[in-house]
Amino acid sequence: MIDFELPKPVAMQAQFITMLGQQVMRPIARHYDEHEGERPWDYINLIWQTVREQGGRTFSTDNKETLDKQGKPRPKIGNLMLAYIVETLSWGDAGLYLSTPGSALGGAAVDATGTPEQKERFLRRFAEGEPKWAAMAMTEPHAGSDTASIRTTARPSEDGSEWILNGEKIFVTGGLMAAQDSAGFVVIWATVDPSAGRAGMKAFVVEANTPGMTVSKLEHKHGIRASDTASLVLADCRIPRDNILGSAEVRGDAAGNFKGAMKTFDATRPLVAASAMGIARASLEFTVDFLKKEGITIRHGVAPHLLSAIERDLLQMEAQVRAGWLLVLRAVTKMDAGEDNALEASMCKVKAGAVANYVSQKAVELLGPEGYSTTHLVEKWMRDARINDIYEGTGQINRLIVARRLLNYSSRELR
Amino acid sequence: MISFTPAAEQQMIIDTVRRFAAERLRTAAHDADETRTTPADIVTRGWDLGLLQSTIPEAYGGFGESHSALTGVLAAEELGAGDLPLALYLLTPNLFALPLLHYGTEAQKSAWLPQIIAGAFRPFTAALTEPKWNFDPHALATSATRDGDVYVLSGTKAYVPLAAEAPALLVYANDGGTTQAFIVPRETPGVHIGAREQHMGIRALPTYTLTLDNVRVPADARLGGDAGCDIDHLLNLSRVTLAALAVGVARGALDYAIEYAKSREAFGKPVAQNQSIAFMLAEMVIEVEAMRLMTIEAAYYLDKGEKQTHLAALAKQYADEATLFVTDRAVQALGGHGYIREHPVERWLREGRGFTTFLGMAIL
Repeated sequence: MIDFELPKPVAMQAQFITMLGQQVMRPIARHYDEHEGERPWDYINLIWQTVREQGGRTFSTDNKETLDKQGKPRPKIGNLMLAYIVETLSWGDAGLYLSTPGSALGGAAVDATGTPEQKERFLRRFAEGEPKWAAMAMTEPHAGSDTASIRTTARPSEDGSEWILNGEKIFVTGGLMAAQDSAGFVVIWATVDPSAGRAGMKAFVVEANTPGMTVSKLEHKHGIRASDTASLVLADCRIPRDNILGSAEVRGDAAGNFKGAMKTFDATRPLVAASAMGIARASLEFTVDFLKKEGITIRHGVAPHLLSAIERDLLQMEAQVRAGWLLVLRAVTKMDAGEDNALEASMCKVKAGAVANYVSQKAVELLGPEGYSTTHLVEKWMRDARINDIYEGTGQINRLIVARRLLNYSSRELR
Repeated sequence: MISFTPAAEQQMIIDTVRRFAAERLRTAAHDADETRTTPADIVTRGWDLGLLQSTIPEAYGGFGESHSALTGVLAAEELGAGDLPLALYLLTPNLFALPLLHYGTEAQKSAWLPQIIAGAFRPFTAALTEPKWNFDPHALATSATRDGDVYVLSGTKAYVPLAAEAPALLVYANDGGTTQAFIVPRETPGVHIGAREQHMGIRALPTYTLTLDNVRVPADARLGGDAGCDIDHLLNLSRVTLAALAVGVARGALDYAIEYAKSREAFGKPVAQNQSIAFMLAEMVIEVEAMRLMTIEAAYYLDKGEKQTHLAALAKQYADEATLFVTDRAVQALGGHGYIREHPVERWLREGRGFTTFLGMAIL
């Protein structure tokens, strides 16, 4: 039955994070934007309590079935919950949100492609002890969207007890914290057979500070500066044999290979879209509140010729924010229902990336000198928003995925 | 719990209307547009779907389901995917009956509802729009002036569907600063139906300009009597219905463009295998889905009586723009063939452009 009633636990969580966003994140957001590379330990230590209590998964869900009082299974809401958490944290501050300790994208890859034993071994740590991070490393200097052509290699050691990784990864979100500055791990995508293309692609869990893995560079970015973006070099980096996610076999249909990466994206893209929508909503709300104090209010249902240009812009921004968010909800509820959501995941990612840019850029425009000034966070939000049409699949790659699904074309038929 | 899955009985309605739209409306649409006529058998069969009858209580001869804007938009999308002017034709009696259902006094409902829904389709209609660029439903130029036991209505209306055949019309007028509706039998002295209007689109739907020359109606002809009606609520019902029709038009255009782009070859492969076309289609499907979700959400809250004008206006505004975008891109996807009337996409663009003007012309 069509319903827009938010489940109570989700509503409560969103309310809690809104408070956190207002009272903790917003006041320090500017500082960490201006001090790139400084870790926001005040935020990290605070949010870690919550992350740990909730099992440590920040970007994926085990979506365990729970029973109601009558013993009937409750509808699963794991992805819906995550979408609200991510949206609301990003509404607080997207840079800080991205520095949140927890399983993150690395954990999402483990959840999508790992065995139950691997999930336990790699993810338990996020429910206990000190703050930890996991990251996922896919992009290489010569291969961004073209993930199938990565060159990092993994070969078995002489005695077969280990994998030996060689290569370079760039643009690893949270890579410093995951690879070096906490007891976390990095999921490295590498090929076990460069001649096999996609079929040879596998994911490997490399524990933090494994000899042979070093952080070689930290990027200086347009926005989301509170979060580190690292380059990792793998030089004869040896990891245990059973740190490969999924099967080691080179087969087109094997779990843990390229398809595994794509399956990870089905779960993570709606959440990246949710983050984009959080920034968009923050920008919209700030602009509306700011202008309200100046005596400008948005009227709904008024004849178009009576609207001012600003009202018209605000209405358009509001409609776009609503549209983007509903597409996110569509993608995560499908995921929760156990249905294939690859189309919806890419659809909401395209829309949210575009909306976050449009709305945040418009906010700067509407507020004029106030918007462009660093006195307010609007200009920062515009910079933070800009990444959303780029990472976790650019708008173009996601259009390609939407189009292939829509037209029922293979990647060979529609390149 | 957030869910986008229609209830089983809603799905049955969707399936029924979808079949009717594909088999009857879509197949008749081209000729209906060219000849500016709606075939009588479509009216008969469309009326027999019972979309209006089902929402009328049994006491007035209906099937007694409660009126739901949500169920309405699910059905309206399907009708819109069939053909817009034929859909507007079929929904015309709703313009009279549903405001009565929501706001009519007991006397008004028992006087009118049974005769609207008993038997065959009868083109009861409503007159809201006025022929000026800055038409504003909250500041109508048509006036209603109380004169003892009567109201005197004066003004000019436009875009009145099926007015020439209508047994009675619901005329919206400025009643001391607020918009109210009045039940006006067509034969009332002073009601002058002008010539049939000609529009860029919705050509199969006869619409008329209407002059009200000191039309005197009894005081109890005011919809809702002393309580009157809530124009915002009625506009919201119209907004979500039109938004849903727009979703249907856009969906039809998208599906047609997909099929064409996959079968049309250029440079040795289907044109859909070029990113320039494929990306356009991807953007179109995203907009169709977005407008659908916004419409469904607005209708859901309309039924709940919350955030009504806010979401309904937003959904309508979004749908107006998105359907224009999608129909325009569908023309582009077909290239030169898109411009030719043999293909329906240019018709859908003409219809898509109209949604910003159609407020008040459909309720379901």
